[in-house]
Amino acid sequence: MNPLLELFIASFLNHNIALVYILGMCPLIAISTNVKNAFGMGLAVTIVTGLTAVINWPIYQFLLSTGTEDLNLLVFMITIATTVQFLELFIEKFIPKLYNSFGIYLPLITVNCIVLAVSLFFVNRTYTFEETAVYGFGSGIGWMLAIVLLAGVREKMSKRSDLPKGLTGKGIAFVILGILALAFIGFTGIANVTFGN
Amino acid sequence: MKKFFIRLNYTKGFNVLKKGFWLENQVAIAVLGICSSLAITNKVENAIAMGLGVTFVVMASSALIALIRNFIPSQVRMVTYMVIISSFVIIVQMFLKAYFPSLANQLGAYVGLIITNCIVMGRAEAFAVKNPVKYALVDGFASGMGYMIVLLAASTIREVLAFGTFLNIPVMGEGWVPWTIMALAPGGFFVISLFVWFIRDRQQYVEGGN
Repeated sequence: MNPLLELFIASFLNHNIALVYILGMCPLIAISTNVKNAFGMGLAVTIVTGLTAVINWPIYQFLLSTGTEDLNLLVFMITIATTVQFLELFIEKFIPKLYNSFGIYLPLITVNCIVLAVSLFFVNRTYTFEETAVYGFGSGIGWMLAIVLLAGVREKMSKRSDLPKGLTGKGIAFVILGILALAFIGFTGIANVTFGN
Repeated sequence: MKKFFIRLNYTKGFNVLKKGFWLENQVAIAVLGICSSLAITNKVENAIAMGLGVTFVVMASSALIALIRNFIPSQVRMVTYMVIISSFVIIVQMFLKAYFPSLANQLGAYVGLIITNCIVMGRAEAFAVKNPVKYALVDGFASGMGYMIVLLAASTIREVLAFGTFLNIPVMGEGWVPWTIMALAPGGFFVISLFVWFIRDRQQYVEGGN
C-alpha cells in the first residue's frame, strides 16, 4: 500500500488519537451529549488540527535552523491560538450560517490537546511535510469518529437507562469510551505504521 | 487540639485546600485533565512525575496570574494565560530532560501537553484571576495534589495488574499472568471510571442532565 495512504488509515483507525492515544478527552466528554453538536465540534477540530499541523511544520524547521527548538511549545501555542482566532473571523465574515452553528466550540479548540499533540508528534517522529499534513487531517477525522460514536451511545442511553447515581453523566461516558477503545484494538494491524515512541 | 481544628475549619485557606483536594476533585468531580490521567497512568513513576509537574505548573502559573491579575486586559486574558503556562511547562520539560532523561523519554509529548491540561487553564480562569496570590498558591497546590492522588491510585492498580510490578519492582510473584488490557487505553478508562464512581458516591454527588 502507498505509505501515505497507510499513514492516513492508521491515523484514524488503529492509531486513533482519541481512543488509542487517549488525547482530547475533556471536550470529548463535555460535548458528546448529542450527535449534532458532536459532529459540529468534530468538524471544527479536524479543520484546525490539519491547518495548524501544516502551519507549524515550516515554523519548526525555522526554529531548528536557528537552534531555538526548545521554545517550540510556546511558538506552537501562539500559532494555534492565532489560527483559531483567524478561522473564527473568517467563518464569521464569509460563512455566517456555519459560524452560528459552531458558536462556542471554535474558541474552545485552542485548549484541545489533540491540536497541540499532533504538532508535538510530528516533532518526535520527524515527519516530512506530506506526512504531517496527512497525519494532521487523519487524526482530526479519528477524533470526530470517536466523538460521534460516543455521542450516539450517550444520546440513546440518556433516554432509557437506569444507572447508579455516581455513574450518571460523565461517569458512564468513561465506561462507554472504554468499550469503544476495546473495539478499536480490533483494528490492530489494519495498517502497519511504526511510530517511534 | 479540638479547638484548633474547629478554628481551622473557618479559615479560607483550609477551605480552599479541602475544596481543591476532595470536594471539587478536578478529576472525579470536575472531569478535567483527563487526557494525561488516562494516558500515563500505566506506570507509577510516570504518574508521580506527571502529578508533580502539573502541581508545579498550576501553582506557579496561578500565582503569577494572581499577581498580575489587575493588569491583564480581559480581552486578551486567554492568550496571556497560554504564554505564562507555556513558559512554565518549558521549564518542567527542560528540567526533566536534564535530570531524568529516561523518564522524559517515556512521557514524550505528554509533558508538553501539560499546557493544554484543562486543570491549569481552569484554575487560572476560575480562581487565580479573582484571588490574591497566597490563596492562588494554596488552590493550585490543592488542585494539583487532588489530581495526583487519583493518578497515583489509578496507576498503582494498573501497573500491578498490567505488569505485576510496583515502581518496577515485581510484587505479584512468579505465576502472575499480566492483564495486557490494563496497560492499554481501555484499562485506563475502566479504572478511572471506577474512581469517578467511588468519589462521587462517597460525596453523594449527582450530576444534573443525562
